[in-house]
Amino acid sequence: MLNMAKMSGAQAVVEALQREGVEVVFGYPGGANMPIYDAMYEFESFRHTPLNEVSFRHILARHEQSAAHMADGYARASGKVGVCMATSGPGATNLMTGLATAYMDSSPVVAITGQVPSYMIGSDAFQETDVVGMATSVTKYAFQPLHVRDVPYSIKAAFYLATTRRPQPVLVDIPKDVQQAEEDVHFPESIDFPNYRPLPDPDPMVVKTISRAILSAQRPVILAGGGVKMANAYLELQSLAELLVAPVVTSFMGKGAFPENHPLSLGCMGMHGSERTNKLIPESDLLLVVGSRLSDRTTGKIEKFAPNTKIIHIDADKAEIGKNYKLAVVSLVADAKKALQALLHELGVGIIGQQRDAWVKRAHEVVVMAMTEHDGNGSYLSGAETVRMLRRFLPTKAIVTTEVGQHQMWCEQHFQVIEPRTFFSSGGLGTMGFGFPAALGAKVARPDVPVVDVAGDGSFLMTENSLATSIEEHIPVTVVILNNSMLGMVAQWQRFFYNRRYSAVQLGKSPDFVKLAESYGAEAVRVRNLPELETAVNQAIRSPVTTVIDVPISPEENVLPMLPPGAGIKEMVVG
Amino acid sequence: MSEDARLRIISALVEHKPSVLYRITNLIRRKSFNIESIVAGPAETAGLARITFTMFSDYSRFDQMMKNIDNLIDVRSVEPLEERDATIRELALVKFSPGAPVTRPEVMSLVDTFRANVVDISPDTLTVEISGDSDKINAFIDLARNFGLKKVARTGAVALAREMSAKRSSVG
Repeated sequence: MLNMAKMSGAQAVVEALQREGVEVVFGYPGGANMPIYDAMYEFESFRHTPLNEVSFRHILARHEQSAAHMADGYARASGKVGVCMATSGPGATNLMTGLATAYMDSSPVVAITGQVPSYMIGSDAFQETDVVGMATSVTKYAFQPLHVRDVPYSIKAAFYLATTRRPQPVLVDIPKDVQQAEEDVHFPESIDFPNYRPLPDPDPMVVKTISRAILSAQRPVILAGGGVKMANAYLELQSLAELLVAPVVTSFMGKGAFPENHPLSLGCMGMHGSERTNKLIPESDLLLVVGSRLSDRTTGKIEKFAPNTKIIHIDADKAEIGKNYKLAVVSLVADAKKALQALLHELGVGIIGQQRDAWVKRAHEVVVMAMTEHDGNGSYLSGAETVRMLRRFLPTKAIVTTEVGQHQMWCEQHFQVIEPRTFFSSGGLGTMGFGFPAALGAKVARPDVPVVDVAGDGSFLMTENSLATSIEEHIPVTVVILNNSMLGMVAQWQRFFYNRRYSAVQLGKSPDFVKLAESYGAEAVRVRNLPELETAVNQAIRSPVTTVIDVPISPEENVLPMLPPGAGIKEMVVG
Repeated sequence: MSEDARLRIISALVEHKPSVLYRITNLIRRKSFNIESIVAGPAETAGLARITFTMFSDYSRFDQMMKNIDNLIDVRSVEPLEERDATIRELALVKFSPGAPVTRPEVMSLVDTFRANVVDISPDTLTVEISGDSDKINAFIDLARNFGLKKVARTGAVALAREMSAKRSSVG
């Protein structure tokens, strides 16, 4: 490929995407990005490609928020950049929820938006919005190339920024006249920002210090966050835990960073983590935190979080060190994978069989109890039990996404994640409507495995129109709706903290999710018991079309245990 | 805000291009700080600008803010400046409208005492420029209220580290 050629800005966009190896774009056309859509039309594969063929493909969302979530789900499942597109104004503002979601969960998404012509910017032209201004708070950077020659650089830089250091979304806003004009353009081979470079290797002196602290610990625990998953450091984490014979707990974002059926797994800690795991953390004498910002949902009230435990904090973003937890005895700014590799290397030299029988036995007790500490009851199916059984019905390689609410927290507690890159949820922003489009994006990235969105009835309605995308674009996934006709988590808080005053949480019986799904051409079934669920799931994950499984559950089941907001990690409410 | 809350001074070397100032001030707004003053202008190198800003903060939040600013792609470098280790100057334009019982000579004696300069005179007003650290300018303005002060325009602090000062810390 020549690095210099005369072409339109729109052609430069498509060319630049191809040079980045982009195989799929999730988007929605409109007035201000039509030149880009016209340029993409050139590709035969753009118009119709089977799911399992590698080529350049566009997937038409039915709402721009969903396009961004699809790109996010694709990124989380593939480890590559997810690309989404929208037109100016409402198209771009609809993307923002998806970009904010990716920003909070550190997912590499590149958004390309059309903008009104450059000579009209600032005039309140039709469908004009200050997209760069809006996106600045929810992206790592927002570009607005004002010349055709700046387009290749902007896109190259967007991919570079999205994937280096801490992965985050980046936006490129391209005025329509820049898409249309033709110029000689140059495609840069690489990008260099004077004050932004990929993370350096971990400082060997700090690695030594951390190693010494780990070796002198009697009761160490490793706390893994989403950073371990983003850095693809699954194997390194498991090797370190096994070398040290150290139990591993995860934050919600870190769920699945460590196989949850592993003898050293303590599952998740935090607001809806296991009570016994939460209580075990302050018993440890050393907590090695890798790739977690130690958010309020993970630690509870920070002043009461493991006050007698030495905490070591490793993160890719220096601004996370000391942000929420200020008392780390040692900190290291590094990529999680490289940091864990360096620790393994350092410890491998000096370590001689770790004797921790008592501590591991103690941790074992916690784990055994954790998986059985809550059971549902009553005549309805229990949400918790449904999720636990779902684990048995699905192969371990299946990808599960969630929406946001009670079903999500039941997944945290009862759905064991075993294989890498098989569990995706909106942990930071808590975006209802994330799970279904993210499942579609994940399925595009991994057509070889079943993909299941565990949903609530409230969340699913936020983006249910993605059913049209899944049918028309032939992306078969399974949706399991835990349907309590309630905004269950808000209702739970109203029961606990607002004297059972149910304010605006009763969703009623509308819609009939079976009829809704069928109207899109999806398969749909309502199940009343676990055997029916097993049959439905077995059929759904083999079906060539998307299947919606509606599971009526008890309307007033609580997610327990829970840590009330502002409470310390040991002060869980269990019932 | 804890006990060590006080005025903090930050000097940042940044790309001199559109929306950089917006990115920085937007970040500061997101973190819920109030900017006491902010001054931006071209730096010694073409294409770069130096921004000096001040804000009230305790050390912990301030330190976090520094890291966040340094994380911005367009920021080349950022450093905190301590008053004892930096040269800090502010410029103010102060317009007087002397009239009974205040006379022009009384205003002039105030101006001379503070080594300020008269930069504009009209039949009814006179405008004075004064530079110095913020305390000096505050003192001048406080006194000027008794001498027919009419309008004030202040730049906010600009600052550079002193070369011969004690050790300074910076964010890397």
